[in-house]
Amino acid sequence: MKPRHKRFAIIVGGLAALGIAAALVLNAFQSNLVFFFTPTQVAGGEAPKGRAFRVGGLVKEGSLQRTDITARFVVTDTAKEIPVTYKGILPDLFSEGKGVVAQGSLGPDGQFTATEVLAKHDENYMPPEAKAAVDKAHEASRTLKQ
Amino acid sequence: MSQRFINWFKFASPASFYPLAGKAWPWFAALATAFCAAGLWISFFVAPTDFQQGEGYRIIFIHVPASWMSMFIYCVMAFWAAIGITFNTRLSGMMSSALAPTGALFAFISLWTGALWGKPMWGAWWVWDARLTSELILFFLYIGYIALTAAIDDPRRADKAGAIVALVGVVNVPIIYFSVKWWNTLHQGASVSLTKAPTMATTMLWGMLLMALAFWMYSIAIALYRVRAIILERERHTTWVAELPEMQR
Repeated sequence: MKPRHKRFAIIVGGLAALGIAAALVLNAFQSNLVFFFTPTQVAGGEAPKGRAFRVGGLVKEGSLQRTDITARFVVTDTAKEIPVTYKGILPDLFSEGKGVVAQGSLGPDGQFTATEVLAKHDENYMPPEAKAAVDKAHEASRTLKQ
Repeated sequence: MSQRFINWFKFASPASFYPLAGKAWPWFAALATAFCAAGLWISFFVAPTDFQQGEGYRIIFIHVPASWMSMFIYCVMAFWAAIGITFNTRLSGMMSSALAPTGALFAFISLWTGALWGKPMWGAWWVWDARLTSELILFFLYIGYIALTAAIDDPRRADKAGAIVALVGVVNVPIIYFSVKWWNTLHQGASVSLTKAPTMATTMLWGMLLMALAFWMYSIAIALYRVRAIILERERHTTWVAELPEMQR
């Protein structure tokens, strides 16, 4: 083996070992790397108890109630739901049917009291006319199925 | 080696790469200007308003190409590092050093525009989610590379040490890229990827791709320009540098 082949083999071997080490470490820290828990995970007891965490999902349609600056809404992942109360200003993109991440703690009554609410938007970008057309197509396919 | 093919090893010598880089960089700079003008025109005047984020989404035309570039430049640096260690070529380390400041610049632009975008849309300048944190680590890797190579006086030893940082740090690049897939993050998923159709309107996509091309051309031009300066500095005691026409004044 020429010296340069040997050096190349060391690089490849080193990178492979590093890659495996990184994969194992990230796998071990899996639960700590999660930015938020879904309502299903919370219901399954995966969320940390007794300290603040974040819950993420969609704002359930028709669930938003505002009294003064207190907002009440339900976070859903379409399987499980968590009622949330939040006192403060909601971000501009916050609306029913859209993604949301709320930080706070879960009370014994299952009520989540948020100290911070962030809006989570998706990776779709289109003009409003295209959005209207997409919604119309969805509506049409839904009526066809019924 | 057969004479029909270009002898690539010829350009591994700084003396023959220096004039080539000098001839090439103005072309890449001109292309960068042209692509940037076209890209900004589409971004600001042609691309439609977004249905949910309004005009605010237009920062994507800088944010996404800069983020791509910051990850790609690091991969190129790691490539040169591997070549440098394997073949013991002097030019490889110079290429890595020439690329690092540009990579750091793009990583910074990515984080900065991301913060400006995050405040109005998400409601926070910064969150410690996997995507943002791994991009911040990439920025620190660039800074670490620059600091380490600058701290060692012997350029050949500095290149070797830097090459190790570049190769070890490259593990972070796939983590950045796949972070939004592997974990729950506040950052949304990829709009453009190799595996599925893009999830954005065609004119928006064109604007973004043109800006990405402009950043590519800019990076190549500035890296070639910078590597010429590094070559001159390191080879200043050689006869070929003394014989350069620009040294005759």
